[in-house]
Amino acid sequence: MDHTNRSVSPRAPRRLGRRDLLKLGAAGATGLAGAALSGSLPGRLVQAENQPAAGTHSGHKASFPGAGLHMPQPGGGYGPDGPLGMNPNRFLRDFYWGGVFGRENGRTVRTYRMIASERNVEVAPGLMMAAWLYNHQMPGPTIRANEGDLLRIEFINASSHPHTVHFHGIHPANMDGVLEPVLPGDTYTYEFIARPFGVHLYHCHVMPLDKHIAKGLFGMFIVDPPGGWPRADHELVMVMHGLDVDSDGENELYAVNGVAFYHRDFPIPVRVGETIRLFLGNMTEFDLLNSFHLHGDMFRYYPTGTRPDQYFYSDTVMQCQGERGILEFSFSHPGMFMFHAHQTEFTQLGWVGFFDVKES
Amino acid sequence: MPNSVGQAEGLVSPEWPPGLSLSTSFFRETLFLLANWVASQGLKEWRDVSTKPRPMGGSSGVQELLPAAAPARPWSLVMLAVLPLLLLGALVAILVNRGLGPLPVPGLPLDELTVERVFFGPDQTVALRLRNTGPEAVTVNTVIVNGAVWEFTQAPAGPIPRLRSAILTLPYPWVEGEPYAFELITANAVKFAHEVGAAVETPGVTPSTLGRLALLGVYVGVIPVYLGLVWYPFLRGLKHRWYHALLAFTAGLLVFLGVDAVKEGMELALAAPGALKVVPVFVAALLGAVLSLIGLSRWLQGDASRDTEQGRLGLAYLIAAGIGLHNLGEGLAIGSAYAVGEIAVGALLVIGFTIHNTTEGPAIVAPVAHDRVSLTQLLWLGLLGGGPTVLGAWIGGYAFSSLLATAFFGIGAGAIIQVLAELYRLLSGQRPGELVSGLNLAGFIAGIAVMYLTGLAVTG
Repeated sequence: MDHTNRSVSPRAPRRLGRRDLLKLGAAGATGLAGAALSGSLPGRLVQAENQPAAGTHSGHKASFPGAGLHMPQPGGGYGPDGPLGMNPNRFLRDFYWGGVFGRENGRTVRTYRMIASERNVEVAPGLMMAAWLYNHQMPGPTIRANEGDLLRIEFINASSHPHTVHFHGIHPANMDGVLEPVLPGDTYTYEFIARPFGVHLYHCHVMPLDKHIAKGLFGMFIVDPPGGWPRADHELVMVMHGLDVDSDGENELYAVNGVAFYHRDFPIPVRVGETIRLFLGNMTEFDLLNSFHLHGDMFRYYPTGTRPDQYFYSDTVMQCQGERGILEFSFSHPGMFMFHAHQTEFTQLGWVGFFDVKES
Repeated sequence: MPNSVGQAEGLVSPEWPPGLSLSTSFFRETLFLLANWVASQGLKEWRDVSTKPRPMGGSSGVQELLPAAAPARPWSLVMLAVLPLLLLGALVAILVNRGLGPLPVPGLPLDELTVERVFFGPDQTVALRLRNTGPEAVTVNTVIVNGAVWEFTQAPAGPIPRLRSAILTLPYPWVEGEPYAFELITANAVKFAHEVGAAVETPGVTPSTLGRLALLGVYVGVIPVYLGLVWYPFLRGLKHRWYHALLAFTAGLLVFLGVDAVKEGMELALAAPGALKVVPVFVAALLGAVLSLIGLSRWLQGDASRDTEQGRLGLAYLIAAGIGLHNLGEGLAIGSAYAVGEIAVGALLVIGFTIHNTTEGPAIVAPVAHDRVSLTQLLWLGLLGGGPTVLGAWIGGYAFSSLLATAFFGIGAGAIIQVLAELYRLLSGQRPGELVSGLNLAGFIAGIAVMYLTGLAVTG
């Protein structure tokens, strides 16, 4: 140990001199300047350069000046030939009539194949949702038949949860799709006679019901009356539903036919005077009601399509979940006509579209 | 190339390090050769050093646990230091490349976003500053304002890297005073919500808002402290016992302030997102303040005893500094509350703060009550104690961040703790047994009580 003798004299106390103040001041000023330059002052913010987010869509996106619509512009990656087979434009007019293989007991036999699978689908530009699908599409394929046909729907469960297909209509109890859950890997063939004529729905009926439906296992089932429906220039299918992208039990977005805001970005082209028959159904989970409101014209609404002589004439129709009907209308004027839910909160969250009516 | 350790040959493969974008293969080759050479040298040293026979003779128990003394060459020490780093780097490279192997990795999205601030600008502009406080990069897909999907532009565009921030600008027609609920949905379908109780135009850096915030700081901090200093002549007339009781009163007041600073700082720190590690910052700021102030006062004062005229003046300045730092934190809180419209800056609030902070004036001059102090010194003391409130109001109004505010509260609490230690030393210079005299105890409790009661008047 060091034992050198050192006289221990107290150091004279040091006064805070000018130099020290200057040093402290300079240090403080540098700190503040650094904080300011790090971009945290809002003054810089308001004049900040607006850099567009990923990709701007050009082409056939209509602009709506004065309409006050500040809704996101679609980015790249989805559209008529979007990834993962979500093609609402194609779904609009796509009818699955099934394979016809002769007749049995005087009835046409139609066979269909439905496969349940799990997939991520793009429900808004850049937004993926983990979905359960019939035939890799949401909504499932629109099954169509004539009244009286014998239908055989072969249901294959290629997913990891049990599913069924429950049809709205008149059929035996063991073809109801409720008490016979189809386990993963199994097959079940639903066989029944298509009746009554009208527009119906089908969906999965395994508990928890709301989750199975919300994740995409639903579709339309149309039964044509004898002789078919009266002639129409356009026959469109729209299924209203919600998008619970994070599976928290409430819908973040809303849509028809799978993709939010789709027909706002890709309006449906029709012509003045053409008759449009719209098969409309509601499979919105978690919200009690949905509705359809048409701009610029009025429609005849046939509830469930089962009574062609009973309709009401309006521009707004409300549907509870599971309700469906046929709307028939034509446009008297050209231009862009919006259609959307009249629950405006659904409109603001994706359930909105346009008819692009051209001159005839 | 030295190749004395056969089994080390396969240690560093030519593909290492992956993930680095090395533009030329020459650079990569050189790096590989260098790494291999360092590794082999290090392994050689490691083997030599750990297997070298121990020195004979008695050595202390601790010596036996340590490896034998390394050879005198300095660069071999570097090899030994670098070798474990190389091994770590190789392990990280393997993990990055091959994943965790047999361990299952759940496919959950780990997005986490924090909305740090919402700016309401003129011309119907709303901006949100976001920070990615999660482990992965986050892409914001949809912004929903009060139940409506709204278009936005993001600067900088693209995925937000970890711990970075981005500003979303929305052309939204906001209404003054109305509440807004924001929902952000990321590309992984994870939802984040943020609410603003009442929209208020965010103050820009204009002379009028600068002045308004400064005025707030003056009302709440500067005027009360100077008002308290008016008690100085009264303090000078106090007898010895009462003077010590006054010091005890100061100590009680400072204890209250210190606890308050710790509470405010911890509240902020606990509410902040975990990724920013705000709680450790708070503790570090507190301890750092204590230690640096101890060092500062030693440096300023040398080894002189605190109980000299110079020493007591130094203590007064320290108390002023501690109170000033606490007032800086208060100014931060008030300024940021004012900027986001959370505060009803009415006369009642200002009165409350004035009463609450006036008692800080006597606390500052208490040590020098028996000394001659010039008016200039008093003015400086008051400025040091009250002035930082203005600074805090400016920072809080314009650039509030919970990290910054927590740090300031930590520093303030640390300063107060250090000042309390100094006060204790000053008080304990009395005759033994008198430190905890009845009068001193009463003074201490009175200090806490006065702060508590006047604090009730602060309605904000």
